[in-house]
Amino acid sequence: MATAAATTNAGAGATQVIRTGAGSRYVIYTLLILFCLYYLLPLYVMVVNSLKPLSEIQAGGMMALPDALTFAPWASAWSSAQVGVEATGLRPYFLNSILMVVPAVAISTVLGALNGYVLTKWRFRGDTIVFGLLLFGCFIPFQMVLIPMARMLGLMGIAGTVPGLIFVHLVYGIGFSTLYFRNYYQQFPTELVRAAMIDGAGFFTIFRRIMLPSSGPIAVVCVIWQFTNIWNDFLFGASFSDFDSQPMTVALNNLVQSSTGVKEYNVHFAGAIMAALPTLLVYIVAGRFFVRGLMAGSVKG
Amino acid sequence: MGFLDIKKATKTYGTVRVLHETDISVEEGEFLVLVGPSGCGKSTLLNMIAGLEDVTSGEIAIRGRRMNDVRPAERNIAMVFQSYALYPNMNVAQNMAFGLEMHGVPKAERDKAVSEVAELLQITQLLNRKPGQLSGGQRQRVAMGRALVRQPDVFLFDEPLSNLDAKLRVDMRTEIKKLHQKLKTTIVYVTHDQIEALTLSTRIAVMFGGYVQQLGTPKEIYDNPANMFVAGFMGSPSMNLFPAKVGMENGEAVARISLHDGETATLPFASGNAMAVHDGREIVLGIRPEAITDEDGADRNSKAIHKLESAVEVTEPAGSDTFVVTQLGGKEVTARFRADVEVKPGDRFPFAVNMEKAVAFDPETEMRISG
Repeated sequence: MATAAATTNAGAGATQVIRTGAGSRYVIYTLLILFCLYYLLPLYVMVVNSLKPLSEIQAGGMMALPDALTFAPWASAWSSAQVGVEATGLRPYFLNSILMVVPAVAISTVLGALNGYVLTKWRFRGDTIVFGLLLFGCFIPFQMVLIPMARMLGLMGIAGTVPGLIFVHLVYGIGFSTLYFRNYYQQFPTELVRAAMIDGAGFFTIFRRIMLPSSGPIAVVCVIWQFTNIWNDFLFGASFSDFDSQPMTVALNNLVQSSTGVKEYNVHFAGAIMAALPTLLVYIVAGRFFVRGLMAGSVKG
Repeated sequence: MGFLDIKKATKTYGTVRVLHETDISVEEGEFLVLVGPSGCGKSTLLNMIAGLEDVTSGEIAIRGRRMNDVRPAERNIAMVFQSYALYPNMNVAQNMAFGLEMHGVPKAERDKAVSEVAELLQITQLLNRKPGQLSGGQRQRVAMGRALVRQPDVFLFDEPLSNLDAKLRVDMRTEIKKLHQKLKTTIVYVTHDQIEALTLSTRIAVMFGGYVQQLGTPKEIYDNPANMFVAGFMGSPSMNLFPAKVGMENGEAVARISLHDGETATLPFASGNAMAVHDGREIVLGIRPEAITDEDGADRNSKAIHKLESAVEVTEPAGSDTFVVTQLGGKEVTARFRADVEVKPGDRFPFAVNMEKAVAFDPETEMRISG
């Protein structure tokens, strides 16, 4: 009898635990889904409106799905919309951005890795000061350097060109990429470098054969970070570029500002998605390494 | 002049001198062990030989060639690290061939050298694995293989066994010794484990506080320690060190030792009257546990076995022996009894002391008193 009562009690207890567990899980999921919808709403508005004729938007159906599906706004934004004074669409500027962002990211990542390698494995007198200054460089507000940088670019003869923009982003990017790689390499066993030295490997051989092959996670973090920052930059793009070297962000602004007569919202939406796509793509491809790499650099650093 | 010469070498970091003037000359084929507690300068000295640390003053020469300003790669040395330092992105064969590759050895020769060494160390089946897929003992072998493949003048080992578990450590110790006997290479080996030092070496340098305390064969170090540090550091359980006073009895020099109950035991020195000049002097007597035994366990070849009775404090049966702790001169003293001797704590028991193995130290300078 006593045993039976105990069993019943235990059973009741167990059921209760499961019930509250399921209940709280239900609440959590509902909240998560709501937040998810909330965050996805802007994307929905952009995608939906970029696929309808202008008349549908003007009729007031911002949230509605398109009645007549059209890809004309995308085509127009890409190749024929009025950007500034010329009706070229965003294509040349997209190309500018690619030409700017790829070398800037690649060079700043490699230089950051090299700096991190030197600052951790080939320490020299005053290396902490050098690192401190590089770190300081990360936190100088962009606005402060605009005028000195313009003067520098002028002196170097690359003002208003894509190489000029690459240079600016490189200067800003090296601070961050150095920070990432230095912290990562600090964990890298120094005995490996010493073993390679005894084996006869020189400075660059050790870097290329020993350090770089183990730098995957932090390189991904660095690339994502640099790519997103440089691609999304507007201030430097607006300040240091000419008509023919403007990056995507500046061109998008010009596209939106320079409509003659009616505002072609559908074209603007399409253009905005185009401007956002590359960073999205980078996140999707490399994103799963991102958190892992961030952790690797930060747990013991 | 030796094969590897360390002449008046010192090392200073800022104002801290971590290695004081050191002179060691290693002959070809010797197995020199640098042993000492952590921070004694042994690893610094090894790194200086390797060229990973600069020599502050003095000289390091291999085969008569001054090495102070020669890069590690050009010293023709190989090093086995404590962490093994295997390149994680390369497989075992690539790891072993890396040094040869860096020295411009053609691929065919590299492969041949690697496969020979792999066979010698019985790691042929591991050649295609990455270091991450190996056990500790296997990594250890690969690290040694990487060193062997280069056929260097001098092998440097930096505490290579300290990351292995106890059983494997003993096995690898034997293996290193076998390898040395087979290849007759010159080895400098750093360890903090005095048993490793005694079993492996042909010579030992005991280091402490940046000084070489004593340099000698394992037997010299064990039987004739130069000072109290060496006496206490080498050997396990360590040498018993307790105060005594030199006196004369019937024209013979003796050590007078106060016992637990206020009585005094008198032990004649085996060295005859050499200790007589120290008559009346306070000394520290050093006797190893195996020289203090039960009566039947005493060394039959010794002509200087003397008995004293003392109270047993603790017994520690260790299987093959029983360690018996008593008090002599106010210090705890460990004696080594045969395992089947019936002895209980609290007993007064006769101890047999082999005075041939006793050494005396100055309590002030801690240095050996010759006698």
